[in-house]
Amino acid sequence: MLNVDDTVNPVEPLLRTDRMPHIWCPGCGIGTTVNAFSRALIDSKLDLQSLALVSGIGCTGRVAGYVKLDSFHTTHGRAIPFATGLKLANPKLSVIVYSGDGDLSAIGGNHLIHAARRNINLKVICVNNLIYAMTGGQTAPTTPGHAITSTNPYGTFEPAFNLPHLVDAAGAVYIARWTTFHVRQLARSISEAFDKKGFSFIEVISPCPTLYQRRNKMGDGLDTMKYYKEKSKVKHGAPTSEVGLTLNGEIAVGKFVDRDRPDYQSMMRAQYVESLGERYMEEPEMECVCG
Amino acid sequence: MRADPHGVLTGTHFIDGDHACCEGALAAGARFAAGYPITPSTEIVERFAARVPTVGGTFIQMEDELAASITLQGAVWGGAKAFTVTSGPGFSLMMEHIGYAAMTETPCVFVDVQRGGPSTGLPTLPAQADMMQARWGSHGDYEIIALCPNSPQECFDLTIKAFNLAEEFRVPVMFMMDEVVGHMTEKVVIPPADQIEVVPRKHTRRPIEDYLPYASNGELVPEMAHAGEGYKFHVTGLTHDERGYPNMTPQTQDKLVRRLQNKIRGASERICMFDEDGLHDADIVVVSYGITSRVAQRAIDMGRERGLKIGKLRLITAWPFSDHNILELAARVKAFVVPELNLGQMVREVERAAQGKARTVAVPHAGGGVHDPAEILNAIVEASRC
Repeated sequence: MLNVDDTVNPVEPLLRTDRMPHIWCPGCGIGTTVNAFSRALIDSKLDLQSLALVSGIGCTGRVAGYVKLDSFHTTHGRAIPFATGLKLANPKLSVIVYSGDGDLSAIGGNHLIHAARRNINLKVICVNNLIYAMTGGQTAPTTPGHAITSTNPYGTFEPAFNLPHLVDAAGAVYIARWTTFHVRQLARSISEAFDKKGFSFIEVISPCPTLYQRRNKMGDGLDTMKYYKEKSKVKHGAPTSEVGLTLNGEIAVGKFVDRDRPDYQSMMRAQYVESLGERYMEEPEMECVCG
Repeated sequence: MRADPHGVLTGTHFIDGDHACCEGALAAGARFAAGYPITPSTEIVERFAARVPTVGGTFIQMEDELAASITLQGAVWGGAKAFTVTSGPGFSLMMEHIGYAAMTETPCVFVDVQRGGPSTGLPTLPAQADMMQARWGSHGDYEIIALCPNSPQECFDLTIKAFNLAEEFRVPVMFMMDEVVGHMTEKVVIPPADQIEVVPRKHTRRPIEDYLPYASNGELVPEMAHAGEGYKFHVTGLTHDERGYPNMTPQTQDKLVRRLQNKIRGASERICMFDEDGLHDADIVVVSYGITSRVAQRAIDMGRERGLKIGKLRLITAWPFSDHNILELAARVKAFVVPELNLGQMVREVERAAQGKARTVAVPHAGGGVHDPAEILNAIVEASRC
């Protein structure tokens, strides 16, 4: 149980309250995910100093600006490679990538699959609102077929990415999906991801009432919560090939993948030790740059 | 401070410019490189990949240049000195992150071993046609520093200088090699570590509660902190205030962008390095850089044998451009002759800085080889007749 002081929201110490109010729209789900993330950090009792959060560009990209952690708002699509450098330079850091579906799977898609392949020890939280929201609701690689967007005003017809399937094929060790209705399950998955060594991917289906739900006549934020509640089906361990999303259909949620394989830095260390023996100098000498 | 001896391969070597650049990076304290293979630069990271596990550091080959150019910046904020190397096509892809490094004041080095372009161009042959791209390639107003070595020895010495300038000014430094300098093998002397000056990171010593990540504190270059130290700072490519927080006002934009510019422009006399000779009584000044400066030297020698008064001004620092130096010379010489392996890039800077007080004669070459010294000599002779 959280030790609740009723005058302070328990997640407040994790937020840059001097930056509130945030820019997100009424009914947007991103703030809900940040709340679940913050609660996961509290529950996990992680040393906040050892955490760094990296975002790309877009509505979810703004998360980096609101969390009171070492936080980096990088360029569009490049949160994962930035986080890769951060993690490799300081392996003691626990590095979270927090970004949107367009950022991570379109412009950043190449980095997503390669980070999963390398099994870099990163925790990726992908808030999937099914469109490009910051720029006004254009079609994303995740937009379900037939949805109306600003760039497909007569309905989309491109097949969409099934992100859990994509990162599963590329080698992620932990893959879960929840919606912003499933706040406790989401927080639990985030906590679990912190215990995994390797590339973890948590997809959060999240409403954009302003640009997606409204154009597709799906009601407001509350109506979307009802939809998530009624149409979500928990399918732990489901084959990721079967969890693709449709416009109004079922949303498979749960923990799809939880497996172990050596992460990038373990493999690197093992290879160097095998090849170089005592010539391998493991500890990066980071002190030297600080004078 | 002095170089960490682990990374310094003290001795006399017979190596090419690419390998010398790698040794310079290691001597400067670089312990992280992210790269993507591209001719004629790849040898730099190949050597780094072989060397760095034995001195305590990391090389990672990324999936493309977009990734390499931001991965290195993540490493910098994690505490490393870091760089990437590329050539024209990859340099084009890296422009986004040169802008990010300039905006976030991430000290780092981008090595561009120039080859013929545009596009895929001449992968194995030289050019100097990325000089304007190095200065202006990313969008928005910003300043960078660019150095131009003309020998393997300078690839070593100036790579150290590039890292030192990056740290001192918290700016991305472009190391503008060319294919010939990169693949030319010569004697390279690497001094003992205790004779190599290395500039440490401008790390804050302030307590957490007093630290503002982008406060200039009257020095124009803010103090840096690394992730994991408890400062809980924010870094963004958005226009930001002294706290590092996004702030979308013309006032914040003006203050930030002018500071980014002024921290380099205000120090340009200190940053600009030249190799000069015979300027005191010159009629003609040959302005050159990189491999072309070595071809130009032959032309200068030939012209002097004919009794012409020729001065040499070799730009070791291309950016910031030393307007002041050119203007001062323009007042007392007939003409500048500017050979370069492009169809006219730095010559425009010379012409602009001369303010019409002396003629400026371009000696263009489209790349793929170097000038015939006779072409440069002809231009010198022509210019001296006017």
